[in-house]
Amino acid sequence: MAASDRPHENAVDIGILADRTRRRQRREKIVTHICLLVGILIFVFPIYLTLIGSTHDVNTIGRGDVPLLPGAEALHNYTQAWAAGGGRYMGVPAATMLTNSLIMALCVAVGKIAISLTSAYAVVFFRFPLRMVFFWLIFITLMLPVEVRIIPTIQVMVDMGLTNSMAGLVIPLIASATATLLFRQFFLTIPDEYVEAAKIDGAGPIRFFIDVVLPLSRTNIAALFVILFIYGWNQYLWPLLIVSDRSLETVVVGLTKMIGTGDQQNEWNVIMATAVFALLPPVAVVVFMQRWFVKGLTETEK
Amino acid sequence: MATLTLQDIKKSFGATAVLHGVDLDVQDGEMIVIVGASGCGKSTLLRIVAGLETETSGEVLIAGQSMKGLEPADRDVAMVFQNYALYPHMSVFQNMAYGLKIRRMPKDEIVRRVDQAAALLGIGHLLQRKPRELSGGQRQRVAMGRAIVREPKLFLFDEPLSNLDAKLRVELRAEIRRLQRRLGVTSLFVTHDQVEAMTLGDRLVVMNAGRAAQIATPMEIWERPADTYVAGFIGSPSMNLLHATLEAGGGAAILDAGGLRLPFADGPRAGAAGRKLTIGVRPEHLRLGEGGLGVMVELVEPLGGESVLHGKLADGTPLTARLPGARYGDGPMQLMLPPELLHVFDGETGKRIEAGG
Repeated sequence: MAASDRPHENAVDIGILADRTRRRQRREKIVTHICLLVGILIFVFPIYLTLIGSTHDVNTIGRGDVPLLPGAEALHNYTQAWAAGGGRYMGVPAATMLTNSLIMALCVAVGKIAISLTSAYAVVFFRFPLRMVFFWLIFITLMLPVEVRIIPTIQVMVDMGLTNSMAGLVIPLIASATATLLFRQFFLTIPDEYVEAAKIDGAGPIRFFIDVVLPLSRTNIAALFVILFIYGWNQYLWPLLIVSDRSLETVVVGLTKMIGTGDQQNEWNVIMATAVFALLPPVAVVVFMQRWFVKGLTETEK
Repeated sequence: MATLTLQDIKKSFGATAVLHGVDLDVQDGEMIVIVGASGCGKSTLLRIVAGLETETSGEVLIAGQSMKGLEPADRDVAMVFQNYALYPHMSVFQNMAYGLKIRRMPKDEIVRRVDQAAALLGIGHLLQRKPRELSGGQRQRVAMGRAIVREPKLFLFDEPLSNLDAKLRVELRAEIRRLQRRLGVTSLFVTHDQVEAMTLGDRLVVMNAGRAAQIATPMEIWERPADTYVAGFIGSPSMNLLHATLEAGGGAAILDAGGLRLPFADGPRAGAAGRKLTIGVRPEHLRLGEGGLGVMVELVEPLGGESVLHGKLADGTPLTARLPGARYGDGPMQLMLPPELLHVFDGETGKRIEAGG
């Protein structure tokens, strides 16, 4: 009798428990989504304001209004920003500045990766005198950011006649202790057996680098490329100092120059449009390379 | 296919001497297994033959030619590594073909050789896969395939089976042996596993602390180990080694534990009465019988058809016996030592003492 009652009681209990669990899970989901929504609002709102601002005429923002709905001037603003530029100094079109920024960021990222790949390869896979000394020298430069060595670097660039040139913009930024260290750490995880197998297969150091080390590093390279591209894109102080020729101006520097401090009214609509242009390449790089990240994460090798 | 000669190979890393002079002559097509505990220098010896390490002194000759100063690639050897060392980003085909590609072999010849080796190893259907999609046994086959396609003078195996589970290890062991016989390539095989050593080798090199303790066929080593190290290393469970002294006249040994007299069946040993000896007897040679050695059995491991008994002698010396059947219990027991199966070693140097010697 007692035994026959029990399954029935259990069924009821389980029904209540399952119900309770379902409700708890729904509650948790709601809380999670509220948190996410707040986060998104905080991140997205300024960008939304920029987007909206770039669609109004110059007077709307100039009056002090903060419009929350799109206006009708988008095409005009973006065309002006792209082809003519705006702001206090008038002049440099976004097309030129974006090209400059793009060339600079690409050169910095590719140059940094090439230099640090080869130097890390040398430090990890070769035995030469003073190997560790060189490694530590690279390591110490981690403690010296661009800003600290900026005065001597400018002097060197002036002596070499590289001011007002793309080379002057890029070369001093190429040396990278961080990337060298990252690649070194990765190379240390490559088993010695690969090196030995390659030796027995008859692959010399350059073949081994191209055939084995590079393919194994490609996900690391992709990750570093994203970080370094954005690092190069966001450079402000160095381009500001080394380049005075406005045809070499980068978009980050150009944007700040567009904002006046004096009595002249800022052309916020054009500035906003330029800011949107400046946003696009880094976003594109992140979105495009993200597929590589995921690929690299899911197909774990070694 | 070639002979291999090692002449007095010595190797030190800084102040630490790892190899103290190893001599070895390998015949064409012979399979030599180098066996020893970890740290005995067996892998170093293999790597010296491969050219991955440079000998401190001595000489390696392959097919009669000195290998001094030659890079691994120029020695015409192929090596199979413990963790396979397959390049993870290359397919099985690319892995096997890589060494040939670097040697600028024509494409159709590469394809022909890889297909042939793959068929031989039964991995033809895996050629387009990546190493990570293969099981351990398949990876090991690919690693062997990579060695085979090179058609080298010498195969070098560096503990290739130790990453596999027990069943696969036995399977692949037999397969390696068949392949090596069929291809007739001179081979060096390093392992710490004495069963692998016994079953694979035409001859064994038992290494101990940087020296070759004994170089002989597996059965010779099992029947007449050169010293107490080899005696204890080869055979499972390992040989019992008991302290004893020589009787006057050299015709028998007196065990330290219990004073049992063990006559030598094959003749007297030289030396004064009281010479320190070590008597070796394999666990499987011990027999039940009255008037033998008194043993206090502490642990019985029944294995089905037979049992392994662990016990102690009167003075605390441990003793292992392997007896047929499974009906044994703890407690005192009398075990006979068959005189014709005793091994006699010098008590101080550990070297084997033959009758009359």
